[in-house]
Amino acid sequence: MSTKHSKSAEAFQKNKEMAKWHDQTLWLVREKRDRQSKGVPEWELLREMAMQTKLYSNSHLPELLEEFEKNAIANGVHVHWAKDAEEYNEIIYGILKKHNVKKFIKSKSMLSEECELNEHLIEKGIDVVESDLGERIIQLMHKKPSHIVMPAIHIKKEEIGELFVKEMDTEPGNNDQTYLTHAARRNLRQKFIEAEAAMTGANFVVASTGEAVVCTNEGNADMGTSQPKIQITAFGIDKIVPNREALGIFTRLLARSATGQPITTYTAHYQKPRHGGELHFVIVDNGRTEILKDEKHVKTMNCIRCAACMNTCPVYRRSGGYSYTYFIPGPIGINLGMLKGAKKYYDNVSACSLCHSCQDVCPVKVDLADQIYDWRQKLDKFGVASSEKKRMSQGIKFLMERPKLFNFAMSAGHLLNSFPRFMVYNNLNDWGKDRELPKFAKESFNEMWKKNKVK
Amino acid sequence: MSSREQILAAAKQNTLKRYNKPDYTELEKQALTFDNKIEKFCEMMKAVGGQVAVLEEGQNINDVIKAHFPDAKRIATNLKEVTCLGQPQAITCATFHPDDVEKPGELNGTDLAILQGHLGVCENAAVWVKQDMEQRTIFFISEAIVLIVDRNTLVNNMHEAYKKVETGDMGYATFISGPSKTADIEQALVMGAHGARVALAILV
Repeated sequence: MSTKHSKSAEAFQKNKEMAKWHDQTLWLVREKRDRQSKGVPEWELLREMAMQTKLYSNSHLPELLEEFEKNAIANGVHVHWAKDAEEYNEIIYGILKKHNVKKFIKSKSMLSEECELNEHLIEKGIDVVESDLGERIIQLMHKKPSHIVMPAIHIKKEEIGELFVKEMDTEPGNNDQTYLTHAARRNLRQKFIEAEAAMTGANFVVASTGEAVVCTNEGNADMGTSQPKIQITAFGIDKIVPNREALGIFTRLLARSATGQPITTYTAHYQKPRHGGELHFVIVDNGRTEILKDEKHVKTMNCIRCAACMNTCPVYRRSGGYSYTYFIPGPIGINLGMLKGAKKYYDNVSACSLCHSCQDVCPVKVDLADQIYDWRQKLDKFGVASSEKKRMSQGIKFLMERPKLFNFAMSAGHLLNSFPRFMVYNNLNDWGKDRELPKFAKESFNEMWKKNKVK
Repeated sequence: MSSREQILAAAKQNTLKRYNKPDYTELEKQALTFDNKIEKFCEMMKAVGGQVAVLEEGQNINDVIKAHFPDAKRIATNLKEVTCLGQPQAITCATFHPDDVEKPGELNGTDLAILQGHLGVCENAAVWVKQDMEQRTIFFISEAIVLIVDRNTLVNNMHEAYKKVETGDMGYATFISGPSKTADIEQALVMGAHGARVALAILV
């Protein structure tokens, strides 16, 4: 019955201390989020308006995207359209090639992970430097992010300390977080200054103004785009919002939900290229218009990538981002993975206890757990349902349809209590793995009821 | 068909149900407001890791800046004077204009930048700063920043803020709430990731 997720989760749990730290640390972030949401009395109305705004904008994409494009072009921006990852990579490489860019500085963009941009550019000989501290750490370690907001949450400071001795010439054994962060600040400062082009993703793009909005705490997006004169900002079509009034809603929700801050340190609005420079917007589909067709799952397009669903998820906290086979982990990643390729990513749907905490915290009210439940019902149709589970369900169905046999089984159940351990806890019984079975009662409820024992 | 046309056609064809644009009137009516805006802004500025000073009658803004940054040597500003409590005060403590350099990288090593904030938001201490010089890198590359905010521009929340802010001709503006920060190493909060390590708002 094990899925790839459950096997990886088991491996994650082997390092008990790290697993406990991961669980508790993400829970602290969830608690910070709670304090922020409780400080806003109109929080639920804010979520409702955010959801409705996203439903509106994602059901008016052609109009809003065209309005956005028109305004951006009027502002002097070059607007590109990419239907898939390949085209996105080619457009970006094309811009860099035209300007003979060899040194390229990036701020965090989950879209670039989705499209594997870095791999593509590095292959072409471009020196790609991630500038978000967490992203830079995992880039230097040749790893992938394990969380979409806190990409290096799974890495301990001792490992980072060792890495920085090699990469940034820090003192061996000094693993103080402030010391290491400021070493990276000095090291990356030079990378910013030397860069020939800079790239960002976008948190929101605004139809009425033709601008892209980028939220960071570190200031890395703004530092990057204020040094070299060529800026590329690329985003999925789901980032569109109609106007600045809508931004008022999303900027109140994003950081409160993500990290428990009232707002990110920087909320930058990019409208025009710098004097003598170029600003390129790349609008990307890469499967998003396909999601629109799926009535049950279209709300995943609401997602603003805050990761609140990960921080609250009891399974994510205890299994870590690498246990999931899709590059976005946690409840939203399970659903986005299934939309990308159900047969490829179905292992992740087991990573859910259906506690529904994710959809309670989601600032844009994506019905994450209901969607996961729905995917599970479809597994048989995709031909990937677990054969053990199917056999068990068939067995239970057989029993339930035969009342006499069912009653006999119930009355005999307690005999199992006195079976030798090896006969109950073995490979045939998945329910006895890693847990103790409850004792069977001597009398069933049915029998007690008949004897008038139920008060 | 170009990719643009393909994407727009697919979006049109695949949209199952069109939802109406929601009405924000009720939300904007219910949104957080504060009786004492100055007090709330100061509280939030400290909560986001920043510093704050409220200029008093008769006080010189240069003295306030120097008292907070006694060791600052390279001090950048494009402001000649600022209106403090209705009276113009010259900025005399700055040592250079950020556009006096040829390349933005030359601004590395700036100790302090004095910037005009155009509006402050009480719920989160965000200050609206717009590009009104060539080298906007000065907002981020300086070790510390001073944000000068007219106390009469304080608004309660982001809904009010977005009704008022303007981006300006250069096409770039940002909210700044406190100093640059990160918690990417084991969730330990560290000020000064890439931008300013220290942010002081002066309410004038």
